[in-house]
Amino acid sequence: MDAKSIIVNIIVCIKQILDPEIPARDFRVEREKKEAVRGSANLVTNIFCENALETALQLREKSGGKITALTFGAEEAEDALRKALAMKADAAALVVNDGHPHPDPLAVAQTLAAAIRKIGAFDLVMLGRESGDWGVAQTGGLLAEELGAPCVSFVDHIEAGDDGLIVKRQTENGWEKLAAKPPLVVTVTNNEFNVPRIPKTRDIMMSARQPITKWTLEDIGVDSAQIRAGGDYYEVVDLAVPVKEVSCEFVSGDTLEQKVEKFAERVIEITRAL
Amino acid sequence: MSDIVICLFSGSGYDRVAQGVAGAGRRLADQFDGRLHAIIAGAHDPELIIRIASVADAVVTLDQKELAQYQPELSLNAITHICREIAPRAVLFGNDTYSQETAPRLAHRLGGAAAGDCLDLMTHDGAIRVKRSVYGGKAIATIELKRSPAVVWLRARAFEPVATNSASVTTVRQTRLDLQSDDRTRIIERKSEAAGASRLEDARVIVSGGRGLGGPEPFEDLQELAAMLGGQTAASRAACDSGWCPPSWQVGQTGKKVAPGLYIAVAIRGASQHMAGISDAQNIAAINIDADAPIFKNCRFGIVEDYRKVIPLLKEKLAALQK
Repeated sequence: MDAKSIIVNIIVCIKQILDPEIPARDFRVEREKKEAVRGSANLVTNIFCENALETALQLREKSGGKITALTFGAEEAEDALRKALAMKADAAALVVNDGHPHPDPLAVAQTLAAAIRKIGAFDLVMLGRESGDWGVAQTGGLLAEELGAPCVSFVDHIEAGDDGLIVKRQTENGWEKLAAKPPLVVTVTNNEFNVPRIPKTRDIMMSARQPITKWTLEDIGVDSAQIRAGGDYYEVVDLAVPVKEVSCEFVSGDTLEQKVEKFAERVIEITRAL
Repeated sequence: MSDIVICLFSGSGYDRVAQGVAGAGRRLADQFDGRLHAIIAGAHDPELIIRIASVADAVVTLDQKELAQYQPELSLNAITHICREIAPRAVLFGNDTYSQETAPRLAHRLGGAAAGDCLDLMTHDGAIRVKRSVYGGKAIATIELKRSPAVVWLRARAFEPVATNSASVTTVRQTRLDLQSDDRTRIIERKSEAAGASRLEDARVIVSGGRGLGGPEPFEDLQELAAMLGGQTAASRAACDSGWCPPSWQVGQTGKKVAPGLYIAVAIRGASQHMAGISDAQNIAAINIDADAPIFKNCRFGIVEDYRKVIPLLKEKLAALQK
């Protein structure tokens, strides 16, 4: 097989989340619903999903292929797909979630797997390593199992190799390179080279007119009652904002030298007690 | 269905992560009145086996040739096989790369349910519940796992070790599995950026730099400062994304979760995503030019000054005090 033509279909799964940049003082939860209050916060694409899309775009630039952005979310999640199209994904599909706002990870993986089977053949499915809201970090692994595909996590670079793909991923204190034969599922983490590109104005305008495939749960043939109820994998029984009070002591002194001296004394005092 | 499994990948010895997992496993097994099994996967580590054997009731080592070095598919197949034999109520992991990669897939294969990066583990009417930090550390969720086994990866340093009992009778079984080869993925190259250095997760002292440093050069100063304190150097996401330091240094919701005795944040504003990575630090100190930076809301002591002026003086003062 020609190395350059190994990658044909890339599916990048993306998730729209509550903007994680909202300051802690503006953050509230509804304990009854076990949900964060949206308030005036924006909905944004999860950053690792954008890192995944950027990694996919760089792979396509070198080795070709077609990138489909896929999301399972509320109607508003269409905005995240428009942004993916503006970044130059080739196609976009939305599975509309009209049920539980935060289905459990197995329900999400089963839905994504059904949508991917509906899209058809795939060589590479890419996801963010975790989301900035619930940070579950399981969708990639569960999706790989649903699809019967191997999985590599914490990936930050992919290139075509002699006999498949060369996948680089981060470990605790370095990295590993894997030779992988598609089809394959990877979860993507960030590095300095996959910072998401800023879409051009012209592409943003064009993305508004591009078609987005929309499916209901029934369209993709999943057990919709189960998924709508949020799944039976796990249940969030409580969501609370922790109360944390630490008062910072600003070191005092008339000169910088005195202040730094106090700071140094505190450092030594603490490190000696460790 | 009352036995508990702990699963460890060798390579870091009986470090604080292994101790935390072993401690959590022992307590959970005692609560369920079950046996504690340990699976140790990867290169043979006699010291680790001896220490784990003094906490667990049975140890299975997976160190045959094909498994001595981790391979995602083969290691998962082997661990799944052993777990099916044991049929545990729960399987506990640490929060290293291999554990996070393995746990959700193992849960799927065993018909169980997984939860990750857990800060606390408890039982409620016979069900297993975990607490985890969500929304970038702004909230804590309690989650009940509805399927069995519960497969949980722990923010291991949040869990107390247990005293080892060398008098206990533990069987150690070196398993040879007939594994079918799986060449769909294969690790072909490994590189450790800080050879010999201990993991950031295990550091007693961490000196960390952020966007305010303005470039890669100041990290040399931070490394010197960290070395003086017997600590390690880390960074915020902004600094890593700018390429000023390796991604393995990144601390925060999107990086490592660390728990040092002292964390010194230099020119880090302290956005909640960064704070999510250091919520288990015993003491946080900050050096920042902006008195309104959120980092000061979460630290024990701080200095409002330009780090460029502070760091050289601080090194001098520390050297004098350490004499």
